[in-house]
Amino acid sequence: MDRQSFVMTVPAGGTRRLEWGQAMLMVGLLLLLTLFILYPLLRVLFVAVSDGQGLTLRHLLNFFDRPLFREALVNSLGAGGLAVAFGSLLGVPLAYFSVRYQFRGKLLLQTLGVLPLVIPPFVGAVALQLILGRSGMVNLLLLRWFGASVPFMEGLTGVILVQTLHYFPFIMLNTAVSLANVDPSLEEMAQNLGSHGWRLFRRVTLPLMLPGYVAGCLLTFIRVIDDLGTPLMLNYTKLLAPQAYLRITTIGIDDVDGYVVCVILVVLSLVSLWAARKYLGLSEYATVQRGTTGAEIGRPIRGMKLAVVLLISAGMLGVSLLPHLGILVLSLSRIWSFSLLPTVYTLGNYEEILFRTPHFVKNTLLYALLAAGVDIVLGAVIAWLLLRGRVFGRNLLDAIATMPLAIPGVVLAVGYLRVFHGWDVPGLGGPLTGSWVILVIAYSMRRLPYTVRACYAALQQIHVSLEEAAQNLGANQVRTFWKVTFPLMLGGLVAGGLISFMTSAVELSSTIMLVPKIELGPIAYGIYVYMQSAIGRGPGAALGVVAILLVGLCTYLTNRIFAGRSGSAFRV
Amino acid sequence: MGRVMRILVMVGLALGLALGVATAGTKEVIVVTSFPKELFENYKKAFEARHPGVSMVINAKQTNAGVTYLQETKARPAADIFWVSAPDAFQALKTDGLLEKYSPPKETLARIPAKIGAFPISDPDGTYFGFAVSGYGLMWNKPYVQAHKLPEPKEWTDLTDPRYYGHLVISAPSRSGTTHLTIEVILQAYGWEKGWALLLNSGGNMGSITERSFGVPEAVNTGQYGIGVVIDFFGLSAIASGFPVDFVYPSLTSVVPASVGIVKGGPNPENARAFVNFLLGEEGQMLLFSKEIARLPVIPDLYTKAPAGYPNPFKMKMGGVDFNNKLSSGRRNVVNSMFDHLITFRHAELRAAWGAFYRAEEAIAKAAGKDVTQARALVAEARKLVSSVPVDARKAGDKEVNAAFTDKTKADAKSKLETEWDTFAKASYAKAKEVAEKAVAAIR
Repeated sequence: MDRQSFVMTVPAGGTRRLEWGQAMLMVGLLLLLTLFILYPLLRVLFVAVSDGQGLTLRHLLNFFDRPLFREALVNSLGAGGLAVAFGSLLGVPLAYFSVRYQFRGKLLLQTLGVLPLVIPPFVGAVALQLILGRSGMVNLLLLRWFGASVPFMEGLTGVILVQTLHYFPFIMLNTAVSLANVDPSLEEMAQNLGSHGWRLFRRVTLPLMLPGYVAGCLLTFIRVIDDLGTPLMLNYTKLLAPQAYLRITTIGIDDVDGYVVCVILVVLSLVSLWAARKYLGLSEYATVQRGTTGAEIGRPIRGMKLAVVLLISAGMLGVSLLPHLGILVLSLSRIWSFSLLPTVYTLGNYEEILFRTPHFVKNTLLYALLAAGVDIVLGAVIAWLLLRGRVFGRNLLDAIATMPLAIPGVVLAVGYLRVFHGWDVPGLGGPLTGSWVILVIAYSMRRLPYTVRACYAALQQIHVSLEEAAQNLGANQVRTFWKVTFPLMLGGLVAGGLISFMTSAVELSSTIMLVPKIELGPIAYGIYVYMQSAIGRGPGAALGVVAILLVGLCTYLTNRIFAGRSGSAFRV
Repeated sequence: MGRVMRILVMVGLALGLALGVATAGTKEVIVVTSFPKELFENYKKAFEARHPGVSMVINAKQTNAGVTYLQETKARPAADIFWVSAPDAFQALKTDGLLEKYSPPKETLARIPAKIGAFPISDPDGTYFGFAVSGYGLMWNKPYVQAHKLPEPKEWTDLTDPRYYGHLVISAPSRSGTTHLTIEVILQAYGWEKGWALLLNSGGNMGSITERSFGVPEAVNTGQYGIGVVIDFFGLSAIASGFPVDFVYPSLTSVVPASVGIVKGGPNPENARAFVNFLLGEEGQMLLFSKEIARLPVIPDLYTKAPAGYPNPFKMKMGGVDFNNKLSSGRRNVVNSMFDHLITFRHAELRAAWGAFYRAEEAIAKAAGKDVTQARALVAEARKLVSSVPVDARKAGDKEVNAAFTDKTKADAKSKLETEWDTFAKASYAKAKEVAEKAVAAIR
């Protein structure tokens, strides 16, 4: 039964009312996103297409004439592609284990599996250097045993290694949501028909979970080409994101080429979004059946199989959690310099951050939770309009909602200062930029693409006939959404909200520009403040540990609260 | 669904509540600073004790973020004081007219000399004031240097020592106003051509070129790299914190001020002036001596009260560099962009070229009794290729060339220059590597 024939059965008046409602919603969202994303960006990026008198494409064309930029473009695309490939090798098996099998320690796997996304700024870099760097723990041991070291953290290979370990949870989380939405009975049917192992995975499971997997790959790809933290940490500059950042933030020069590179990054992100949608649009992924409760909790495994699953998971997570382990050790140390382990230990770092500067932790919780809440609401509504809406402007909405992925935080922050600093907001007693609310807005806008993509993938798997059935039974549009669509896409919502929360919790680039005073700073800002001197390394690391624990705790609680809900990846 | 609903309602309530709370106006002085916590906290405590009722509000930002913040909020400034190290940040703000002119009390000024070495301590136009001076030098990790059997560095020229290949670290001058001045000292002390040869050679020796000034002491403190080019307090405060590192001023050093300026049109102008007076007065100056701050006051008499062994920049021999500040600021953007396009962005290529050059030199040194005439000629050619720059001193100081970097309407000219430098670097480093490899093959 195709969509068109159902629409015909809805009374004509209802359709019209509905489309009016959709149109209003669309206009409202477009206005909101224009105000907080498009307009501030245009205010900053305009110089890329202007020559002082009028519009010009000359700067953009010049980009391709410069060997440095061409090489940076190739490197960025290569890094994105490789990180997606390696990230899939890590993310897909872990997603499969956490959804399809039932075993002790699964909750731990689900909780730890997302932590690699949370590498606190500065301290993460120091910890990684102390473990994998030239004189890190691993290389000092290799030197001692074999008299040679391995340059894990140098050049482009180092960047790709760190980015893979950092971003593979995007693939894991989104794949898991999709996989959980695939009815295991479909796999069982295939098994009954004689399909097993790799063939079963490739022919049945993989195609069915494709929306989530592709969403995860897309996020990873865009995130990697726009990633600034890793290249700066390894001091590798021949990539697009650092070229944009370094040129924009040089004092005393307004380097047009920096903004040009930003525009190129935005275009790349939009093109990859478009390509992913075209690819997925070729076939349909929705299933009408929802899993039965018996099959949903996953197959119990034991013995050899359990051992293999645990070993693979532990191995993969062990490597990707190395920086976290390093931060923990760093937070307990005072002096750690060119030695396997710290030489002087202390608990004073925790005393400092918990008793002398507790506001960093408190602010982080407030801002990141609010931002995640905003993102969940916006993400669900936007995804629904994109897939189910029948109004104008859907492509535009999708494009604007995706842009923040490609924008360096500093560009959005400068845009906010430029646009909002002049206006007093009633009730705030000053402009938005003088209050912490601007941070919540910046975080929710910067992380919106994650929730939109996660919700979009989840909704893609819900067959529209389920909603149409509800409407045929007399439910109106809003009631259908609330009672049918929303519960079915809950897994995607939760996954998206979680990603938004944890990436906001360690967001630095826009934070540092927008924090109006030190007392309003979140953890990432606190780490920056501490990490300006040698003595502050310990407290900075302790703040990093708190950020990781906060995110870990939230992930754990989410897994517990949403356990057993239909359509959710988060089941115990 | 009840739970989700409840969470949403709570989130809504929290947001509403927060919006309702307006910030109460108090007597404040709002300070934008890039200084570490130990420094501004000590000053906050002392200043608030001296001026009861005035609270010092800290807005900590990286220097470049601070400059952008002030530029973007200039319509209604949200800060009173700008307080950082980098002289170029103050120059940029002054050019944009964002700093207020001020003359501190005569008795305060009387104790501060006009210049340190050849460098003016405060802006002659009175828009910013040096409150502390710092010298540049070399910092190294002692266990690292021992483990790699490296000699301890003393002079800038040591940076070109082949033994240090891959062990050094510096921050890019375009990212760090303090590094830019170090680069200028080298260029002025050794002359344009020789200076760049030295910079390209040490650039080839660098293991890493960092994006933040603090990235350098961080890399040395953790022992990732052995030796870093740093401003003195990074080294001195790390030693004070117990890290196994050491620091030395090379004989051709320069000493420059860290400054403070009043933001034009800031919300609390009176408190801003009080803060500047406090900083330049004896009480504020004495705070610099505390061990976690470790900076050098601008009042020469105070050094009699300094802790034992404290460096006194007013007694230091400045190595005869007559630092020309006008020359330095006139070509700053060109020098920085040259460094970026010749060294930072082509670092891998530059390193590879110097590596090949060193291997060739070593092969010649070891080739006892063999004919090395041709190899020597090739090595000399390779050295020339990795030691020359595409711009001469006259062009670097040219007004027109410099304008390309600050005038947005001349973006094309800037792009063209940068492309030219980048292409030059890429080609000569590849050629140098090839020639050096040929030299090894030419030993018979």
